[in-house]
Amino acid sequence: MTTTTSPTKPGPADVQAQLAAFGAFEKDGARRFPAWVTELRRTGIARFAALGFPTPRLEDWKYTNVAPISQLPFKPAVKPSLVALTATDVARFAFAGLGGSRLVFVNGHFTPKLSTISKLSRGVKLGSLAAAMDSDSDLVKQHLGRYASANDQAFRALNVAFFADGALIYVPKGVVVEEPVHLLFIGSADEDGTAAHPRNLIVAEAGSQIKVIESYVSVGSAAGFTNAVTEIAVGEGANVEHCKFQNERPDAFHIATIQSSLARDSRFTSHSISVGAQIARHDINTVMTGEGVECVLNGLYVASDSQLVDHHMIVDHAQPRCASHEFFHGILGGASRGVFNGKIFVRPGAQQTDAKQTNRNLLLTDDATVDTKPQLEIFADDVKCTHGATVGRLDEDAIFYLRSRGIAHNAARRMLTQAFASNILARIGIEPVRKQLDEFLQSRLGAEIRAVEG
Amino acid sequence: MSDSDKTIEQFVQSDYKYGFTTDVETDTAPPGLSEDIIRLISRKKNEPEFMLEWRLKAYRHWLTMEEPKWSNVHYPPIDYQSIVYYAAPKSRKPGPKSLADVDPAILEMYRKLGISLQEQERLAGVAVDAIMDSVSVGTTLKGQLAEKGIIFCSFTEAVHEHPELIRKWLGSVVPYTDNYFAALNAAVFSDGSFCYIPKGVRCPVELSTYFRINAINTGQFERTLIVAEEGAYVNYLEGCTAPMRDENQLHAAVVELVALDNAQIKYSTVQNWYPGDKDGKGGIYNFVTKRGKCAGVNSKISWTQVETGSAITWKYPSCILLGDNSIGEFYSVALTNNCQQADTGTKMIHIGKNTRSTIVSKGISAGRGNNSYRGLVKVSKGATNARNFSQCDSLLIGDKCGAHTFPYIEVHNKTATVEHEASTSKVGEDQIFYLNQRGLSTQDAVSMIVNGFSKEVFKQLPMEFAVEAQKLLGVSLEGSVG
Amino acid sequence: MALLEIRNLCAGIAGKQILKGINLSINTGEVHAIMGPNGSGKSTLSQVLAGRKTFEVTSGEVIYNGLNLLELEPEERAHEGIFLAFQYPVEIPGVNNTYFLKAAYNEVRKHRGEPEVDAMDFLALVKEKMKLLHIQQDLMNRPLNEGFSGGEKKRNEIFQMAVLDPKLAILDETDSGLDIDALRDVADGVNKLRRPDNAALVITHYQRLLNYIVPDFVHVLLNGCIVKSGGKELALELEEKGYDWLAGQPRV
Repeated sequence: MTTTTSPTKPGPADVQAQLAAFGAFEKDGARRFPAWVTELRRTGIARFAALGFPTPRLEDWKYTNVAPISQLPFKPAVKPSLVALTATDVARFAFAGLGGSRLVFVNGHFTPKLSTISKLSRGVKLGSLAAAMDSDSDLVKQHLGRYASANDQAFRALNVAFFADGALIYVPKGVVVEEPVHLLFIGSADEDGTAAHPRNLIVAEAGSQIKVIESYVSVGSAAGFTNAVTEIAVGEGANVEHCKFQNERPDAFHIATIQSSLARDSRFTSHSISVGAQIARHDINTVMTGEGVECVLNGLYVASDSQLVDHHMIVDHAQPRCASHEFFHGILGGASRGVFNGKIFVRPGAQQTDAKQTNRNLLLTDDATVDTKPQLEIFADDVKCTHGATVGRLDEDAIFYLRSRGIAHNAARRMLTQAFASNILARIGIEPVRKQLDEFLQSRLGAEIRAVEG
Repeated sequence: MSDSDKTIEQFVQSDYKYGFTTDVETDTAPPGLSEDIIRLISRKKNEPEFMLEWRLKAYRHWLTMEEPKWSNVHYPPIDYQSIVYYAAPKSRKPGPKSLADVDPAILEMYRKLGISLQEQERLAGVAVDAIMDSVSVGTTLKGQLAEKGIIFCSFTEAVHEHPELIRKWLGSVVPYTDNYFAALNAAVFSDGSFCYIPKGVRCPVELSTYFRINAINTGQFERTLIVAEEGAYVNYLEGCTAPMRDENQLHAAVVELVALDNAQIKYSTVQNWYPGDKDGKGGIYNFVTKRGKCAGVNSKISWTQVETGSAITWKYPSCILLGDNSIGEFYSVALTNNCQQADTGTKMIHIGKNTRSTIVSKGISAGRGNNSYRGLVKVSKGATNARNFSQCDSLLIGDKCGAHTFPYIEVHNKTATVEHEASTSKVGEDQIFYLNQRGLSTQDAVSMIVNGFSKEVFKQLPMEFAVEAQKLLGVSLEGSVG
Repeated sequence: MALLEIRNLCAGIAGKQILKGINLSINTGEVHAIMGPNGSGKSTLSQVLAGRKTFEVTSGEVIYNGLNLLELEPEERAHEGIFLAFQYPVEIPGVNNTYFLKAAYNEVRKHRGEPEVDAMDFLALVKEKMKLLHIQQDLMNRPLNEGFSGGEKKRNEIFQMAVLDPKLAILDETDSGLDIDALRDVADGVNKLRRPDNAALVITHYQRLLNYIVPDFVHVLLNGCIVKSGGKELALELEEKGYDWLAGQPRV
């Protein structure tokens, strides 16, 4: 390998490419950010240079090889896209019947003309994170990067280095935001390797309430790369419901972290519905920093063809008397691969923890595979912790029962597969979102079953 | 800390009951590892050339390997050059031919352990091969077994008497390249047991081996090989103890099992190596590779283990389910108290069609003990209709211990059914109070609860072993209550 | 002298006072019932008498059979013949019901200086008691309370009581969650075990159990105090009028 004069230590070609891109970014796009952000970015790129892209030799990436991503001709979307999208273009990504605000981001950049912000309660902030870094510098500085660590994961480090924009949602103490907020991320790549690094920050102060939907979709003619990080700080007694829907085009790449920090007596419900992208990797990490927290993490992944979808969960019971429940279902067709890795930590002293994790998988085809690894690491004795994982086919007894009532074999299979998905979707508390996702999945799963049955 | 916590705390302060040393002259190699030492071991054992070649290949391979770091156990670096790789009790005659030739002091030691060889031979009908410091000291009941064509002897003897079998099967399940400790074992193993059950023979008695480390600063590297030919059946038991020493001692054994068509092997272990003292000083590092190959159709290999000893346990008795309809089972109780660490579990590799596996793992953590279950269930692409059920339960006694579960499930066939369940619970104050109210002391109550928790595994053991295992759990948890 | 003499017993949990001066005297041959609404301290009283450390006794004394009961460990109280039929019998997975009961039975015998019974003799005893109480064999072979229905758990409590043959049986809401058949069976068992040399303290929320186990005395526990005592007719009065009319009553 040739040595360059770069101040950071030389790495493999894929790392070099990122360093070069960062140089260009600093000269160009990053200038408009305050100095402390520039500092933050530099620590991010330095960390990335030290870590490099993960390889399957790392335990956390054992089943997910990101070589197709690291070899992309990387083009960070430094500036807002010039692609002219109209309100009509975006309308099909909205949830019918969902009121409230919708913030639209194109390649990670906030696009006001496509967004609607409804009337907000006093003190609620909702808008572009980039803008807030000037207008609400103290608030952003106080929270940004405090929850999602860039130290141990290369993609988070890359996000810190390259993020251009994202959403800031701030709910002051005691305020209840009635209508859900929809964050819509549109990847609009016309060249392979266009990379968006959205960065979202959601802060719900003590006693507040909010529901947020993050959805990721694609337009354009090329496969893009989304590398998103969402940090969620839930204050004492606050209640946050977060629903993520990842439906990018089947050749796209999606890597994301949702990191939440849950204060005393708070409630956090998360749904991760992942159906798109060539490789989709979701790190969903939660730390309970106070007692009496209730946390529910739901997930549904559906993959076909050569898709790979990977959920890596860390639920960290750092304090006593918290409850966490995880329910993840996977449906895998084609030659797709499902990966689930669930880690529950119960720290010393976190007595009376109630932690439960369930991962169930259906394999629809001969070539589909699943690798699942539920883990418990427990350092306190007065705890109730269980996990279960299953891989299997549809219940033959149930199929027989339906057929004996006159339902055709195909229809019975479809029905049971859809029920397996609905089981998770039913937990979504935002009615229009639940309804629309349910319809979407009914039709997607119907198609999967038809493909299998020939 | 509440009163009941205090009681439990006192209760789990245990003493090791098997820590006597035996004054037997040993024939010991100088410490350290080199090709010369390996040649010395091979020469001492008067081995044929193919064995020496194999050992040297293993040693050269070992030199290229690194000690594994992935397990959830922590220990200071091992100095492989300070270990004595060969220590044989000096017997009065070369190679004991019968119990009468065995040093009476050794027999006395086995008596203290509660395994009188003579008695076993006469009464229990259990054939015992006792290995002390890696060298076999006598195999009982050989005559009766020979009538059926069963070979049960020390590994050294097998190398001499049945070289064709050793050549055929040695390393066929655990090759010397397998892992760091298996490579080390292949290079330096000094003895072990060999068992061969011919076609169609059901071994009429339980075969049993007792291992004991006696000499100071000695590593023990024994190797067990069991081959069950078509339709054969054998039930094999293994027990382990070691004296109390301040230094940590390394035990790196290898066990290979081969079951051909319709054959069954049941392998049970009660492991009670010296666990070190209350502060974690001393104790055995038990780094063992155990693997069985269900090579034939309808074959079955069943592992049962009760692991109460060792400072560190690192072992994963596994099954390769190659033959169609073959069955693998793993039943385990692992107890860690004081500063003990255990990282144990199994691998079930489903390759053949209609293969089935069952995993039942019970981890008990007390004191500052850390207990990890690590397991892999892999269903390969061709393993149509494979089924696995795994149940991993952890029981915690006191608030300074840890329980960890790391199951890996890899499924590459849609017709597979894999289920994994795990739970963690503590010995409940309400359970202890309930038993107290019925008149049982806290000590008896905890012992009863722990034994109840382990029941499913004990059920798999032969009666005498189950009783011994229950007592061991009691002893390992025993303390100064009342 | 009374078998059990409770004098001005006060107890609580985590600084919260639950029992606020209980006085009660029980003689051999008597059955006492304690009634009261939820949260009045009924279960606390039974747990304190059995020696549960969760509750702190702040004052008062309990003399049982001439012994200072509060000084004894739970298992010592059991050895002395106190039996608590738990409101929620605890499940102990993997521990065989018979095996457990034999261990408990022998502990009591050891304490009395009697030789332990062997498995055969014990089985004979168990069979006899099973017949007496209409207990199914399979209940005995299952792990202790694990997977038992509510009714099976309560029957098992009474069965243990029959085998251990206590001097003082405390039945903590043994009737809760039982259907009428199970209730009759359980009550029938208790009645069969009544003798002039033992006594029972029946704690209940409902009068209906007392139709089957007829008490000699009924006490009303309200807010940690016994506010009224009487004969069996008091139970009927309570059934009719509820507890509210007693709220203003002075302590007995």
